[in-house]
Amino acid sequence: MMHRFWAILFSLVPVLGIGLYVLAVVGKGSIGGFSLAGLWLPENANPYATTIDHLFDLVHIICGVVLGITTSVLAYVIWRYADHSGRKNEAAQYVTHNALLEWIWTVIPAAILVFLGFYQLQVWADNKMNRPLEIVDGQSQAVEPMALVVGKQFGWDVYYPGPDGRLGTADDQRIENDLTVPVGQPVVLRVEAQDVLHSFAIPGLRVKQDVVPGMTQLVWFQVDKPGTYEILCMELCGWGHYKMRARMKAVAPSAPVVAQTAPADSAIIEPGASTTTPVVVEEVQD
Amino acid sequence: MSFLTKYVFSSDHKVIGIQFLISSLIWFLVGGLMAAAMRWQLAWPWSDMPILGSWLFESEGGQISPEYYTMLLTMHGTVMVFFVVIPILAGAFGNFLIPLMIGADDMAFPKLNMLSYWFMWPAFICLLLSFAAPGFGPAAGWTSYPPLAVFEKAAPGSGLAQTLWLTGLTFVGISSMMGSINYITTIVQMRAPGMTFFRLPMTIWAMLITAILQAFALPVLTAAVLMQIADRLLGTCFFIPEGALVGDSLVQGGGGQALLWQHLFWFYSHPAVYIMLLPAMGMASDILSSMARKPLFGYRPMVYSMVSIGGLGFIVWGHHMFVSGMQPLVGAAFMLTTILIALPSGIKTFNWLATLWGGRLQLTTGMLFCLGFIAMFVIGGLSGVLMAVAPVTIFIHDTYYIVAHFHYVLFGGTSLIVIGSIYHWYPKMFGRMMSETLGKIHFFTTFVLINCVFFPMHFLGAQGLPRRYADFTHTDSFAHLQPVNEFITYSAFALVAVQVVFILNFFGSMLFGRKAGNNPWNANSLEWVAASPPPHGNFTSPLVVYRGPYEYSVPGRTSDYWMQTDPEEADGQASH
Repeated sequence: MMHRFWAILFSLVPVLGIGLYVLAVVGKGSIGGFSLAGLWLPENANPYATTIDHLFDLVHIICGVVLGITTSVLAYVIWRYADHSGRKNEAAQYVTHNALLEWIWTVIPAAILVFLGFYQLQVWADNKMNRPLEIVDGQSQAVEPMALVVGKQFGWDVYYPGPDGRLGTADDQRIENDLTVPVGQPVVLRVEAQDVLHSFAIPGLRVKQDVVPGMTQLVWFQVDKPGTYEILCMELCGWGHYKMRARMKAVAPSAPVVAQTAPADSAIIEPGASTTTPVVVEEVQD
Repeated sequence: MSFLTKYVFSSDHKVIGIQFLISSLIWFLVGGLMAAAMRWQLAWPWSDMPILGSWLFESEGGQISPEYYTMLLTMHGTVMVFFVVIPILAGAFGNFLIPLMIGADDMAFPKLNMLSYWFMWPAFICLLLSFAAPGFGPAAGWTSYPPLAVFEKAAPGSGLAQTLWLTGLTFVGISSMMGSINYITTIVQMRAPGMTFFRLPMTIWAMLITAILQAFALPVLTAAVLMQIADRLLGTCFFIPEGALVGDSLVQGGGGQALLWQHLFWFYSHPAVYIMLLPAMGMASDILSSMARKPLFGYRPMVYSMVSIGGLGFIVWGHHMFVSGMQPLVGAAFMLTTILIALPSGIKTFNWLATLWGGRLQLTTGMLFCLGFIAMFVIGGLSGVLMAVAPVTIFIHDTYYIVAHFHYVLFGGTSLIVIGSIYHWYPKMFGRMMSETLGKIHFFTTFVLINCVFFPMHFLGAQGLPRRYADFTHTDSFAHLQPVNEFITYSAFALVAVQVVFILNFFGSMLFGRKAGNNPWNANSLEWVAASPPPHGNFTSPLVVYRGPYEYSVPGRTSDYWMQTDPEEADGQASH
């Protein structure tokens, strides 16, 4: 009865496939000392991006249902229709097509997909197209970038406006790998790259934007929870890609922004360090 | 015929197919070992590699260096995509099966066919030489995004090694181009009498659409590759922006656009995703129907969905670039087309399940690999829906979620079909049966271990774990995931190790396998009319095709199959 064995093996696909997801989402308990708590989306401190998490969960639920149905049917047909000594007289059915079935499994998925396509458009626009607004002198206008972040091999240079209060002028202050933003306010950053592609990514805020030499772009978010966040590079940028990162501190809005930073201990790579020098084991101290 | 003209410089499509098969399988092993080396580094970063370490990385003291790791991830992707999956589907199975399945004596252009194989060799040599070039080898990822790939100072492998990589890719492109022209001509012109388009096996439909995709998408890649070569060697600036600063030195020139490469590259490489999938879908359809002893359910919807995958495949490339800096409005348009392409793949899956329903499933090793393919393709396809949702991509782009997704499609999907097809068509290729016992051990272990390796990557991706990092242990966000990485590594080592069973079976069966008759599976399509293995020229007498390839278990007949060449009517009377 080997076919029973294969049917059971295939039934593990929906059982474990969905089961493991449920375990990860519930996030309680542990397997062999490994805690299941940290296997789903990390905590999201960005109120603009809660909709991203919502979409992530929604698509997982839809896909989970489809996965459950299709792979269960697969396991069932193996269980039921495999050839074995007990069904010598049972011939296979001669069925070539069924227009009604084809319509059903074309129209229903199409409807779900079209719904998803339009449902997500607003979220995309909020995160990539519609910069946050603020009220200045009774008029609503787009929030201006508070800092310029420039990716380079292998770190991030953060430029704050100098005494003239404007970005992109000679008196800008540069700090390596250390960004400080106010809590509870919309933050807009200008992001650029100096040498090759990088990607400005903060998983805890669902922020990601590739930065391209020769292009200037904006990212925006809001941090609702004070603390320290990791800014990662998420586009391959050379051998040191894995250790290219910076720290972002979210502090109370009243605190002075630049004074909060501590440049001395935050440099990951000294400016001008040769990019071709192999550094095999370099424990980065934060 | 001397040994050289018969087995080496042969223009026989079957020999060329087997040549493609063997060289792709060797590269498969190379690519797999590279993946194993990467897994070693990810589980135990910067620790000495036993035995191999002192030999491979003597200068670094037996450890994988970050430069070497970056080279590995680049070459693993390059080898698997350009030297394994594409040539093994179109090159090996396309070559072997197309003339046999349509009832032709050979390809339309046998010499061109031979050239298409031998143009792979300069590519092989370029890639091997690039390992010896400064910086261990190219290290800008298999996508070779400029400026990293263009600025020599930006990465140790971006010098000569990158030039060799680009040259190699050009040769692969020429090879595929020759193949695709040949396939299209052969399928359109050389079908046996009675073999109408709607009597073609799905494999042939898939190969036709694949060849069309290649013929129209490849020129764009070839042009892009030549542009990148020109940027590197001739001083042009297609991809070099103004004022880039590498290290401390200003790059001369400028005025180019780094994003242009991504558009050109993905304009080819997204259709290439379907080049890597459609033939597998076609072969799966044929194996499933013959092994379920039941007609393929919904033949025409299957053809139409494949055609629409091919068509939509040309207008979805932008979903690789949602967060690349491409104008977000364009991203929104690509999101809608991408979402739609999930539909035809879904239709195919439902039709496969309906094919199985009510059948008499023969659980041969080839069939088990096909069933495994469906399960894995469902997982990989559904995670693709998640990726089509652009706002979600803001979070999961360049994380392990993506790695999980494309390995489920390419390894769990395509590679399982490739292996299953080897088990299925091996009797036709070599005239002997492979061992079913070893085959089933191979299937069970491979199927379980693929999931052990790739399923946990979904959870790593849900945490935001970035791809292409050599080490996570020093990060605050991801250090706690290290046990998962170790588990994946153990599973990956085991997955590589169990392939020994397959290698033994593959070569052992050539000598000791049971002799196969013409039609060991009692299947309908034309290749099973020919002798096993078929002689040069394939068929001993002219063929006439009377029906489609899926007439299994037709009521009123004593045998449950009905070959395409069988002139007999259903009631047992000869029709002419």
